[in-house]
Amino acid sequence: MNSLANIKTIAKRELGGYFSSPVAYVFIVIFLLLTGFFTFMAGNFFERGQASLDSFFMWHPWLYLFLVPCVGMRLWAEERRVGTLELLLTKPITAWQAIVGKFLASWIFLGLALALTFPVFLTVNYLGSPDNGVIFAAYFGSLLLAGTYLAISCMTSAMTRNQVISFIISVVICLFLVLCGFPPVTDLLTRMDKPWLVDLVSSFSVMTHFESFTKGMIDSRDVCFFLFVIGFALFTNGVIIRSHRAG
Amino acid sequence: MIKVENLSKAFGPKLAVNNVSFSVERGEVLGFLGPNGAGKSTSMRMITGFIPPSDGKISVGGFDMLTNPIPAKRMIGYLPENAPAYVDMTVHGFLGFCAELSGLRGDERKKAVHRVVEMCFLESVLYQSVDTLSKGYRHRTCFAQSIIHDPDVLVLDEPTDGLDPNQKHEIRGLIRRMGERKAIIFSTHILEEVEAVCSRAIIIDRGQIVANGTPRELKLKSEFAGAVLLVVRGVAGARLTERLGSVPNVRKALIVKEENGQVWARAYPMAGNRTGELLRDVLAAANTWQVDELRSEEGRLDEVFRSITLPETAQEKTK
Repeated sequence: MNSLANIKTIAKRELGGYFSSPVAYVFIVIFLLLTGFFTFMAGNFFERGQASLDSFFMWHPWLYLFLVPCVGMRLWAEERRVGTLELLLTKPITAWQAIVGKFLASWIFLGLALALTFPVFLTVNYLGSPDNGVIFAAYFGSLLLAGTYLAISCMTSAMTRNQVISFIISVVICLFLVLCGFPPVTDLLTRMDKPWLVDLVSSFSVMTHFESFTKGMIDSRDVCFFLFVIGFALFTNGVIIRSHRAG
Repeated sequence: MIKVENLSKAFGPKLAVNNVSFSVERGEVLGFLGPNGAGKSTSMRMITGFIPPSDGKISVGGFDMLTNPIPAKRMIGYLPENAPAYVDMTVHGFLGFCAELSGLRGDERKKAVHRVVEMCFLESVLYQSVDTLSKGYRHRTCFAQSIIHDPDVLVLDEPTDGLDPNQKHEIRGLIRRMGERKAIIFSTHILEEVEAVCSRAIIIDRGQIVANGTPRELKLKSEFAGAVLLVVRGVAGARLTERLGSVPNVRKALIVKEENGQVWARAYPMAGNRTGELLRDVLAAANTWQVDELRSEEGRLDEVFRSITLPETAQEKTK
């Protein structure tokens, strides 16, 4: 009960932090511009002649790759740089309450940005009659994907007091998670003639897990994968913070 | 209220705090003195639970900081060094946030914020964002968050650092008043502050406690403690020291300076001698001279501080 209240307090502050500076608005505008550009220009939304949002969702793993670390990079790095971490962690709260609170705030923010893409949903429904179940599943998957990248960004943010370093490391880790399911990489492994290796590596990829959402399948295994990565990254986040304090 | 036993902290091979023990009771204001890098901030961070000690025990209000940190932290108000605050929040928002984390909700929260705003004179900047504040206001804002839940224990790391003399005076007054009901530890470089505020002081150097006592006791360790300063006119310096040196309780007598026919001389007492006696003896010895001034000296904290914390070679140099 008490811990929920603490998490809420921290999440509220963190969310307020986004909107009290231009960061939130800049991020949302850029996110919407880029999704629009990729969906309609690069994704050939109109030329496809299909009432689906495939060309919208297929870009999400790549867009998030750079945008989500922007949201997550300041979470801990900034606290360490300014010294407020000392203030926060000497309050009668546990470190994991702070970790979960910060993560949730950023996730809610990303969810809000994602929700603001509703015009594409309206457009596709106006132009044709898409399978809205598929679209909602894909939105759900997209949110989980964003959460996964975000948890990794939280973790890298705790590693350093420099936001740029935190950004770069988290992009690299997320890129790794994307690439291990990317056809050129899996093809390379297929040529090595070790099918179990291919399966193992590609099972770590967010691509393979995200794809099934875009096809309208909400598989508990995929959901578990994302939740597991989030849990693991946040746990590591806690370990890093503790090790910093231990000096 | 605060009990620290055999506290040590090592950063790699470097021992920042080495086997420090002390306790602070309610109604005490403990001054934490020491040169930069002596381990003051590290000790305070361990007491407030920000970093775990390498060795030793800390208990706050009966709760062990290592095994039971949450209730222990609830009793502490902490002002970290350099007074950090969330720069993107308003003063009001920041104080409200800190109140909520200390478990104050709803009406209680409102009252708590109102109380500290009044105590720390923050009304005029209440809805200003923290990064637009001057250093003094920012410091007071951070100080306000440390007392927002009216804690029994206050740990203040250089609470008057960077404030102007008026603000320093205000904060000192505040600390002294709160010290009547709370247990307070605060660190400072300013020695006059220790005399003005503390009921007890600890001098820490290279991680170890090198002196512990009331400001008065510490001052008695000074060479000057109980010394008598004599200003006379129309007497040669050599004759003066000769006569003073022969006074029974005087250990040695030195000329401080000679100026415009006046001679300042200081007579140092034998160990364990009371001031009054020496004063009378010196006055008797100066019987026939034209005395302009005669006073006994209290001993100086800064001199004690230097003699304790400077390594021997540096001490030679300053002499």
